[in-house]
Amino acid sequence: MTRLQPTPSATVGPYLAIGLTWEGGEFVVPPGTPGAVWLRGTVFDGNGDPVSDAMVETWQADPDGRFDHPDDPRGSARYPGFTGFGRAQTVPDGDYAICTLKPGRVPDGEGGLQAPHVDVSVFARGLLDRVVTRVYFADEAEANAEDVVLQGLPEDRRQTLIATPTDDGYRLDLYLQGDRETVFFAV
Amino acid sequence: MTGTTSGGRLDLPRYARTDAALRTPLSYSDYRSTGLRAPLRTPVDLPHRLTEVTRPLLGEDRVRPEDADLTRRLGGEAVGQRIIVHGRVLDGDGRPVPHTLVEVWQANAAGRYRHVVDNWPAPLDPHFDGLGRVMTDDQGRYEFLTIRPGAYPWRNHDNAWRPAHIHFSLFGRAFTQRLVTQMYFPDDPLFFQDPIFTSIPEAARPLAISRFDYERTVDHWALAYEWDIVLRGSDQTPFETEDDGDVA
Repeated sequence: MTRLQPTPSATVGPYLAIGLTWEGGEFVVPPGTPGAVWLRGTVFDGNGDPVSDAMVETWQADPDGRFDHPDDPRGSARYPGFTGFGRAQTVPDGDYAICTLKPGRVPDGEGGLQAPHVDVSVFARGLLDRVVTRVYFADEAEANAEDVVLQGLPEDRRQTLIATPTDDGYRLDLYLQGDRETVFFAV
Repeated sequence: MTGTTSGGRLDLPRYARTDAALRTPLSYSDYRSTGLRAPLRTPVDLPHRLTEVTRPLLGEDRVRPEDADLTRRLGGEAVGQRIIVHGRVLDGDGRPVPHTLVEVWQANAAGRYRHVVDNWPAPLDPHFDGLGRVMTDDQGRYEFLTIRPGAYPWRNHDNAWRPAHIHFSLFGRAFTQRLVTQMYFPDDPLFFQDPIFTSIPEAARPLAISRFDYERTVDHWALAYEWDIVLRGSDQTPFETEDDGDVA
């Protein structure tokens, strides 16, 4: 079979807002959806300064742990208006905010279940490729304790992926570098 | 759970991980902005589970036919050399990626972006906003009509100029295939001093450069460039499972 070499990535640069801004991109579910939560945080650089020109994209299962996609044989139909996908810029303070439904547990494909999680891509000037991480939830201790990806990380590093409950949802700050550098994944 | 095979096993596609020697590295000291932003720890391999092999079904409702024509905006025609940019979106197995969203953005003919933080003294064009969107067709083909972007200076190093380029954003059919990249034009004399271009491993640089396409030019109308974009393909390395038994 033909094997083609993938096109190399490049930075989104400082002007990503021209091409990648969607009105309401931060709404994974329409505003006012019952049960919706805000996932919020700040993106920091190696100096501890907020990164104010980044874009955060999220991708996740629905509350039943399902995806509306041909490669999920179960499909997803119970949450009208739920797209699974969020896109938020960190303008002007380095903060991102995504309005979504908390995902359910997702099968790992081998008979087990993963803990509820959101896959996150961060794009910015100075990042020559996206960086990928996952958000888990502090109030899912039991599921987190069974999650193979999470448990594969050293305890102190694991904490960089765990969002804490807030008044209107959850919060997780993302550290691109430094002592608190977030765990990033190779996909 | 339903729809799974016995024992809850799912037969999920697996995506090839790109050889590091062909990937753009995150850290590249000549590009100064990487200094405080590129993560320094080795990334952890994430297995490809359901979240990684699916992707948002986006597009049709976000794309209007006029989004493929960047030359007529805000009630008039953009200044510059009119060009057709077209190609195919393929995966690493050579299969077309149909019905996937392609987002582009670019500077105007003078090398100026319509953005609040771009303030170098080149003129804005009242009829150019630099944004395009299109869905690939059922053969994975895409096409835009735009103007050739200009080069522009930036502050990375003394007398630094970005070669003309168009930013591209693609989703493919899986989270693993997400790609944001830049398309360049053939034989640009600015390549040698541009760290965003030279950060690409030498063996992969030709893949970032479009081809002048005389066949697709339109008489008395537009020049043309062709650029195929390749997203990651399937992982074809054989692997053994406990079910394989003793196969000689």
